[in-house]
Amino acid sequence: MQIYVTDQDGTEHELEALEGWRVMEVIRDWGLNIKAECGGSCSCATCHVFVDAEWQDKLNPPTDEEEDMLDSVPDYEGNSRLSCQILMSEELDGLRVTLADSAKQEEAA
Amino acid sequence: MSGNEIVTDVVIIGAGPVGLFAVFELGLVDLKCHVIDILDRAGGQCAELYPEKPIYDIPAFPEISGQGLTDNLMKQISPFGAEFHFSQMVKSVERLDDGSFRLTTDADEVFLTKVVVIAAGGGSFQPKRPPVENVEEYEGKSVFYAVRKMDDFRDQDLVIVGGGDSALDWTLNLEPLARSLTLVHRRDQFRGHADSVNKMRALVEEGKINFITGQLGRLEGENGQLNEVYLKTAGGELGVPATRLLPFFGLTMKLGPVADWGLDLHDNALIKVDTEKFETSEPGIFAIGDINWYPGKLKLILSGFHEGALMSQAAKRIVHPDQKVIFQYTTSSTQLQKKLGVA
Repeated sequence: MQIYVTDQDGTEHELEALEGWRVMEVIRDWGLNIKAECGGSCSCATCHVFVDAEWQDKLNPPTDEEEDMLDSVPDYEGNSRLSCQILMSEELDGLRVTLADSAKQEEAA
Repeated sequence: MSGNEIVTDVVIIGAGPVGLFAVFELGLVDLKCHVIDILDRAGGQCAELYPEKPIYDIPAFPEISGQGLTDNLMKQISPFGAEFHFSQMVKSVERLDDGSFRLTTDADEVFLTKVVVIAAGGGSFQPKRPPVENVEEYEGKSVFYAVRKMDDFRDQDLVIVGGGDSALDWTLNLEPLARSLTLVHRRDQFRGHADSVNKMRALVEEGKINFITGQLGRLEGENGQLNEVYLKTAGGELGVPATRLLPFFGLTMKLGPVADWGLDLHDNALIKVDTEKFETSEPGIFAIGDINWYPGKLKLILSGFHEGALMSQAAKRIVHPDQKVIFQYTTSSTQLQKKLGVA
């Protein structure tokens, strides 16, 4: 299965994804610029992505917990989701998302 | 020289699980610790990011919550009487002529110590900055991420952004003082305490505050003094006259001043240490837990525990160079058991 992730510089990456893995994990393990501070426990909102319009309805709607965390995302848009809450499955083969600026890793001072 | 200087054996930077357990290991070798953390309580990421979430990889605990782990560690280290200094960050570390260190925090506390242990995890928790152009120009003058003195907001036109307890609590606390108060949140649902939400809604009904569903758009002002906040709402752009803005978007971890102390870093982000003592490139300064790096490093709490144990042996040799370090077991040593208060 593949997912298509556009990074914060506008470059699109085609990433191989395995069933059951969190989209955040896929993005992280392939070395893209994703902070994912809390490791996927829906506690930090630094795995924030924008989901392409045609894929939004195919995702499970956000839980209350995810909505609460999305509140703390400074660059929220209508298609914002936390990528650690999206689990890969056959239906999501070809998923397209864009990494948010708020998901960028820190540059050391 | 103010009377604020604290003299001690070891200063630990960071009160997360690894910093806390270091107090135990240092205590077994009779070293007194002061612990500094930017949060207002112990526990670090465990208490701040996932207090209720289960952790499965702490040895001897098939499952334990972040807060549970913090509470257990606080109990375990209580015999050693470490002193905690919360809500502050170490800004500078200077080496003195006798080889010891002078640390200064952003609350102007000064520590004189022989050993520094950096257990800063992912960095210090700092407020998330809203992605509004030029917000930095207003920070500290009319944009604030915390309220230190409520009086600074008296008679001001206040905009508060957020949907959690911080935004709600400050709305309730500052409403009596402010000239006007507008609460802004991207949706009409809040994640704070139900009681606070109810009180806030009552204030809206009484016409004492405004609540707007929307997001921060842009700021207008001059020389750091805000005069209008523009919001993005369903109905388009909306301008709210404002002289003070309090955005509550939660916290994020930043490496901070640690990066500037001249220590050898790996990838500009992690502090390089040896694996015998976990000492940095500066003798007497150690780094344990997620903040350090060595070949094979794993960012596990259990790794940080082990690193603290080895670090304490080296710290002991620095602080009490004339004392022999005898390795003892807590199960069989009456001496250690007395220190733990169990013999």
